[in-house]
Amino acid sequence: MKYIYLDNAATTRVAPEVLEAMTPYFTEYYGNPSSIYSFAGKSKDAMEEARAKIAGILGAKPEEIYFTGGGSESDNWALKATAEAYANKGKHIITSTIEHHAILHTCEYLEKHGYEVTYVGVDENGIIRLDELEQAIRPDTILISVMAANNEIGSIQPLKEIGEIARKHGVFFHTDAVQAFAHIPLNVDEMNIDMLSASGHKINGPKGIGIMYIRKGVKIGSFIHGGAQERKRRAGTHNVPGIIGMAKAAEIADAKMEERMAYEIRLRDHLIERVLAEIPYSRLNGDRTKRLPNNANFCFRFIEGESMLIKLDQKGICGSSGSACTSGSLDPSHVLLAIGLPHEIAHGSLRLTISQETTMDDIDYTVDELKKIIEQLRSMSPLYEDFVKHQQ
Amino acid sequence: MYSEKVMDHFNNPRNVGEIENASGVGTVGNAKCGDIMRMYLDIDDNGIIQDCKFKTFGCGAAVATSSMATELVKGKTVQEALQVTNKAVMEALDGLPPIKVHCSLLAEEAIHAALWDYAEKHNIKIEGLEKPVNDISEKEEEEEEDY
Repeated sequence: MKYIYLDNAATTRVAPEVLEAMTPYFTEYYGNPSSIYSFAGKSKDAMEEARAKIAGILGAKPEEIYFTGGGSESDNWALKATAEAYANKGKHIITSTIEHHAILHTCEYLEKHGYEVTYVGVDENGIIRLDELEQAIRPDTILISVMAANNEIGSIQPLKEIGEIARKHGVFFHTDAVQAFAHIPLNVDEMNIDMLSASGHKINGPKGIGIMYIRKGVKIGSFIHGGAQERKRRAGTHNVPGIIGMAKAAEIADAKMEERMAYEIRLRDHLIERVLAEIPYSRLNGDRTKRLPNNANFCFRFIEGESMLIKLDQKGICGSSGSACTSGSLDPSHVLLAIGLPHEIAHGSLRLTISQETTMDDIDYTVDELKKIIEQLRSMSPLYEDFVKHQQ
Repeated sequence: MYSEKVMDHFNNPRNVGEIENASGVGTVGNAKCGDIMRMYLDIDDNGIIQDCKFKTFGCGAAVATSSMATELVKGKTVQEALQVTNKAVMEALDGLPPIKVHCSLLAEEAIHAALWDYAEKHNIKIEGLEKPVNDISEKEEEEEEDY
């Protein structure tokens, strides 16, 4: 069966050019970049070139880019190491209610270790409340961490404004840009970003590789202790193929960003318009325009997400849901609850995230199938039965 | 993650629907947790379950356990239906993933809630039947206030 892959926020296909760029670093130039002989110099040079490419995309200096094992590691590093390094200044951190668990669970960990965290709320479209953010700043605040774009509902946060507020109050600003990096324009200087996390596998690069941008002057220590790699700030033998792959993927994504954004937005908007027009009792989650080009997130009343996903899967369509059954707990997505949705509606959510490989036919097929699936599930839903009886 | 039996009952659920003027109707679960099951029973004068239908809001396991529960109680006496446990529903489905075991509990409770409603309506007492804790047939409003 042909798969229609609409879960690009979960992970993406490694682009053929990316794999091609990586391959020699597995089998030919496999030297450890930390070694002294010239053979290893090939890997080192390629790695430094990769670093410079990524720095260029973010408007950063190459020496401010650190390679990590992925987005979650970068998030953990930013929060825990800042907390530790600046504990003398204060033990207060500000974040948002819609962060990824890599941030939220790290904050919970820090709370158990004597730190205080303020979780700033978002509006009904999933955009952070800037006034609330500024009011939350205290003399002992050391860090503001707000994601660049939300992984579930795609809402793009006002990074420039957040950066200005942080700078004004002398507080560091970290952003989890895992969903945004190389998808939308980001510039660390224009946005006053002090630390930034990004990942390779969300941009048609490989899994298991990420970066952290750390502005010069931010004096955080190492999170992974060991060898002297990454200027003694991140130990562990370099994942050279991963590094090469991530940089290649970022380079391609950056070069084609405008074109790709326009294409994805056209498909996304077609998807949103058709769903809202043709499926009754549906709603779009997240901001209509301030959202990632590839993200659509809906709620369908009276039905539950996992059932919907299984039925979509049987039609070859890969999507995701914020329902409890897919999260492994009894609570639906914290993001959908944060934008004010009641539990029973949040359980019926569906996230579809497209890529440059998605076609208009894929979108039309998906909506056609989705309509049938929702009708089928509603016909067996006691909530729908009650609703219809109430209407009569 | 699901057995073939579960997938079969999810894809082709048995006895979906409503029974008009049912002898007993029970609704259990909680929209907050994402599972609601409603069970309809048609019970004849001899106390035999002639028909059973269901409607479910929930995941694949919730639909499959409801479907299997209706199959298991159909044709049984009230006392026999009371013996249909969540374990029996699970076994009939060749098992459930651990996180979905609560769905089978809900199916058992849905049967009990429908039987409870039948007993109340007909002013009889069914030996060994207690009002299910997750019965939301009558206390929906009060539940909502809690959240």
